[in-house]
Amino acid sequence: MNRLQRVVIFGATSAIATAVARELAGRGAHLFCVARDAERLDDLLADLRVRGDDRDARRIHGALADLADVDTHAAIWEQASEALGSNIDAVLLAWGNLPDQATCDQSVEATLDALRVNGTSAIALLARIAPDFEARGHGVIAAIGSVAGDRGRQSNYTYGTAKGMLATYLQGLRNRLFFSGVDVVTLKPGFVRTPMTEGFNRTGALWAEPERIAHGILRAMQRGRDVAYLPWFWLGIMTIIRLIPEYLFKRLKL
Amino acid sequence: MTASWNRIPRVEHAAEVTLNARHQPLPTVPRPLLAHGMGRSYGDVCLNPDASLLHTRALDHFIAFDPEAGLLTAEAGLTLDALMRFSVPRGWFPPVVPGTRFVTLGGAIASDVHGKNHHHAGSFGVHVQAFTLRRSDGSVLNVTPGDTPDWFAATVGGLGLTGLIETVTLQLAPVRSAWMRAWSERFDSLETFWELDARAEREWPYTVAWIDCLNPGADGRVGRGIYSGARHATTEPAGRGYRERLRGVPLDPPVSLVNRLTLRAFNHLYYRQPVHPTPRAVHHLPWLFPLDAIRHWNRIYGRRGFYQYQCVLPPQAARDGVQALLDTIAASGQGSFLAVLKRFGERPAPGMLSFPRPGATLALDFPEQGGTTRDLFAHLDAIVTEADGALYPAKDARMSPALFRAGFPRWEEFASFVDPEFSSGFWRRVIA
Repeated sequence: MNRLQRVVIFGATSAIATAVARELAGRGAHLFCVARDAERLDDLLADLRVRGDDRDARRIHGALADLADVDTHAAIWEQASEALGSNIDAVLLAWGNLPDQATCDQSVEATLDALRVNGTSAIALLARIAPDFEARGHGVIAAIGSVAGDRGRQSNYTYGTAKGMLATYLQGLRNRLFFSGVDVVTLKPGFVRTPMTEGFNRTGALWAEPERIAHGILRAMQRGRDVAYLPWFWLGIMTIIRLIPEYLFKRLKL
Repeated sequence: MTASWNRIPRVEHAAEVTLNARHQPLPTVPRPLLAHGMGRSYGDVCLNPDASLLHTRALDHFIAFDPEAGLLTAEAGLTLDALMRFSVPRGWFPPVVPGTRFVTLGGAIASDVHGKNHHHAGSFGVHVQAFTLRRSDGSVLNVTPGDTPDWFAATVGGLGLTGLIETVTLQLAPVRSAWMRAWSERFDSLETFWELDARAEREWPYTVAWIDCLNPGADGRVGRGIYSGARHATTEPAGRGYRERLRGVPLDPPVSLVNRLTLRAFNHLYYRQPVHPTPRAVHHLPWLFPLDAIRHWNRIYGRRGFYQYQCVLPPQAARDGVQALLDTIAASGQGSFLAVLKRFGERPAPGMLSFPRPGATLALDFPEQGGTTRDLFAHLDAIVTEADGALYPAKDARMSPALFRAGFPRWEEFASFVDPEFSSGFWRRVIA
């Protein structure tokens, strides 16, 4: 079991990451939370300090950064390492957005932006922090991908491309860091009731609450799972979707 | 489609948005607005047909907690469930909890909810130390009972109509255990209920009675049941953990599973369940929230949904009035799994529209059966009116404007505090 005692959460005000942070704070973990919006970060830090009985702010830390901008990464990683000490147990990459596919279809700029926010910026951070984990020889690197990355569909393939790229990068990184004893976890949530999916019809058995996903994330990180579909049944759904032959798949309206 | 817990009425909204952070201006969606938390009320106090809902579930951050004083400040979308997961292990309990813990703090204020400890603790609003209220004119009011008593009295029990409740400061009650000492006893008539209640109320802070509303008791009239009392335990039972066994109703049956046959059988069996006259250790979850263990229990009534009928009758009318209500229900043959009788205490509720008041409150569920259900309610309304009683807005989908105004005589005073850009299906219905 991996220890999750000192954890950096990138994109901590996202609904899923917030649920993860709350659970960890309640267990008394030391956290470093990175988010983009100052007021929301302050609200989250206050919440975590109450849950973690950390009235004098010794265990719960945070910093502001727009992580889609890779120029922020070096300074933020340095701050996190200072706040938590050099023995960080785990990082969770959780920032992103859900770009509108119709907008991307009309705009090269929107397409590249979506790839940057959801894909290349995360890869840039992974590339930056991997050597530190490699040198220390333990820990967990986890990143939130998506079932959308498993196969390109007309309704959200730009987002899917970014998450697919991230998943492939994590796969290679997992292979590389295996030999240093570092676990790399690819998290693939399905439909989650978060602000990102507001506007969808979110009723039905496929939709899950962020707390349930957070629970699955923590289990996957503790156990050092390679790939975790969340909830588990998405593995079955995506296996079927991946198995549909392309000459059929291209005719579907998914 | 957002519905309330009993799924009546079914309405469409012009817009529904989730509020993600406080310190934000009210969103630019069609007016009027209404905050919607967990949607556990029964009817249209939490609905705003053809207008907009502001979902508050993501406004669920803790803000501050003083572990010595038990004073908690949190955003109004925090549920009592989340609050208790945090506070009970630290020795603090919500001062008042309704029959489900899946309600938000904002909702608990808006309906000024009561619990089985009303005769000791009063209503929820009694324990609210402060809250912030965002108004459509852009102002944010810091409301306390001492400094702004009028806004406090308007918003507690104010059905979310005075603006958006953003943060809440609540005084919690100290407990030494997550367990309770609880007992139960059968009573064979309403007469015996009143005797039991008079004996139990002083010593037992939590009391409630379940009534068999179909099968007659010793005196030949409906009114037998089971009385339960409890208090927080001072110790944990040795070696006993507790894990809530969750069950669920996985889908909507095409027709209600609640009918004459199942009701009569259920009520009979429930009455015959083993009782425990000697106090024993029971975890607080099954004692306070027995139905929370059955997720989606509202589905047993089928797609048509159901009504809850909850009234309060003043002390002088309570004995005869409750018997008359039960006689009427029994004669109609439409009964309820959940007939709950409780005597409210004397502690005044702080809100202009607060429901709890001295007297007895009776709550029952009825499957929607169209005209027969409406006829029954007309008879029950007549008894409540005659007794100078009131119906609980949070449990209502059909009371008349006249009945509302009679039960809540301060409604006109209250109306002057309603935010001009807030409204609800309920409000438009009873003010029409």
